[in-house]
Amino acid sequence: MALLSFERKYRVRGGTLIGGDLFDFWFGPFYVGFFGVLTIFFSVLGTALIFWGAALGPTWNPWLISIAPPDISYGLALAPLAEGGLWQIITMCAIGAFVSWALREVEICRKLGIGYHVPIAFGVAIFAYVTLVVIRPFLLGAWGHGFPYGIFSHLDWVSNVGYQFLHFHYNPAHMLAVSFFFTTCLLLSLHGAVVLSSVNPQPGETIKTPEHEDTYVRDTIGYSVGTLGIHRLGLFVALNAGFWSAVCIVISGPFWTRGWPEWWNWWLDLPVWG
Amino acid sequence: MKNFGILAAILPFAALLVIAFLFTVGWERPPIGYEQTGYRGTGMQEPNNPREQAMLAALNAIPEEIYPLDSPADLAQADKAGDVYENVQVLGDLPEPQFIRLMTAITEWVSPEQGCNYCHNPDNLADDSVYTKVVARRMIQMTRDVNANWQDHVKETGVTCYTCHRGNPVPENVWFDEEPQRYAGKGMLGWNHDQNRPSAQNGYTSLPATSLASYLAGDGNIRVQATAALPTDAGGASIKQTEETYGLMMHMSSSLGVGCTYCHNTQAIGSWEMSPPTRTTAWHGIRMVRGINADYLAPLQGTFPENRLGPTGDVAKANCATCHQGVFKPFYGATMLDKYPSLAPMK
Repeated sequence: MALLSFERKYRVRGGTLIGGDLFDFWFGPFYVGFFGVLTIFFSVLGTALIFWGAALGPTWNPWLISIAPPDISYGLALAPLAEGGLWQIITMCAIGAFVSWALREVEICRKLGIGYHVPIAFGVAIFAYVTLVVIRPFLLGAWGHGFPYGIFSHLDWVSNVGYQFLHFHYNPAHMLAVSFFFTTCLLLSLHGAVVLSSVNPQPGETIKTPEHEDTYVRDTIGYSVGTLGIHRLGLFVALNAGFWSAVCIVISGPFWTRGWPEWWNWWLDLPVWG
Repeated sequence: MKNFGILAAILPFAALLVIAFLFTVGWERPPIGYEQTGYRGTGMQEPNNPREQAMLAALNAIPEEIYPLDSPADLAQADKAGDVYENVQVLGDLPEPQFIRLMTAITEWVSPEQGCNYCHNPDNLADDSVYTKVVARRMIQMTRDVNANWQDHVKETGVTCYTCHRGNPVPENVWFDEEPQRYAGKGMLGWNHDQNRPSAQNGYTSLPATSLASYLAGDGNIRVQATAALPTDAGGASIKQTEETYGLMMHMSSSLGVGCTYCHNTQAIGSWEMSPPTRTTAWHGIRMVRGINADYLAPLQGTFPENRLGPTGDVAKANCATCHQGVFKPFYGATMLDKYPSLAPMK
């Protein structure tokens, strides 16, 4: 693979968190590092265990393969491998791989002398996953509250868990999360459209500058947050989407067992209605 | 800490909203109980709050037996109630001591403060001039009918007067037809289909308030789940029908203190193959309530005085909450029929 022009700056020694120079090398274009090795280890082991679980299961249809958590009766104990134990080990492998990858990102940030924005952003996604499979099951007292690892089966889990609370769209944190997801998409599409339009002008015209973009956006929606600002705003709404997703599921069960529509009774009971 | 600028922006915002949430009422806390009703990992689980369960268990305990029934040998020798008293139209075949015991129990269950005279003219107990006596007679027939012919819903557990009355002359959970309020404002805002009036009955949603009238007094079909991925030429359920059906489902849910997954696997809500057996029990229950309302309660309209009728002049009717009162099985499945066999089907 060709060495890109900026890779000379990227391939600097040091910045490792652990292991000193031992794993401070590149494999082709990829930085390895101690956490790269850990990521490989956890992801290979976890994937192999998923194949083992699939072999124990009734189907090889990739849509239908499912690795289910243990029965609730096992509580927070370890379960036999074929009865949810695989799910428990795969969960550990997944968290190990995700966290290792985030720490590898930290090492790369240190090599490049840039901020930790990327590993922090990925950390919010990991936090949402850990909320689903560790924090909420722990608060409810059983690993059986984790979601199953399967393409269709995890969707069925989401549906059934939502309907346990009658109408999940009334969950206030779910409302925030959904709004942030949609806002993320809207901002990305507006931003992407402006940038692509600026750098792909009509034949015979020159490409447009950020000043032109700002002016266009001000003319269209009244305000432009600017070229740097749009990326800060995008990060803010994207991280909030993941954060409120985690909140909306962790409050469902541990802190609220009834239908979510009932939560809004505080609004109906406001004294202003008399 | 310039690298943490983004967190500095998010954390105060998140903290503010979390604090705002904490000031709303009704939050619960771990430990939370869960009952698993399906295969692991499918989400077929019902949450419950152990503190709330303790309260509900106290509210849904069966009352102590008033006094033991005489031995079968003694009862066989006793005179029949119909021979001893006049105008015993329904319970005339009962041995006299068992008849008196049932009357005493009904007083405890239905009119503990008002006593016998709530239904009887003290000068002539056989007199039918007190309307409550006529209603009570019909209710005894209804109880026997439910226990004999609706075992698909009530099983061997059955029901007694206490299942609904719980010491109240009029059961706490009855319903009347709503006064139509179909226009928001004075017609300017259009037809609202009795929607946007949150109550315990519709699970505090915007769903229409007319669901009970359509499905528990009327016999509308509850078939709104599409069977094909895309709209078909045959049409299908309208939004209006769907919302009315979901209003009924919210009523069932709040009456039993359960979520949708108690009876449905939401992967395919309409599929009987995937549904837990509870859904079959509920299906029979809907038919049972329709039967109770149509055969026993509606015909009593002329018997009740006006003050017992609803705003549109209809009788008080039964719904799921009338018996269930917030739990998935009335009295958590404890039976009273073994102590009061005169209400059970004849063996």
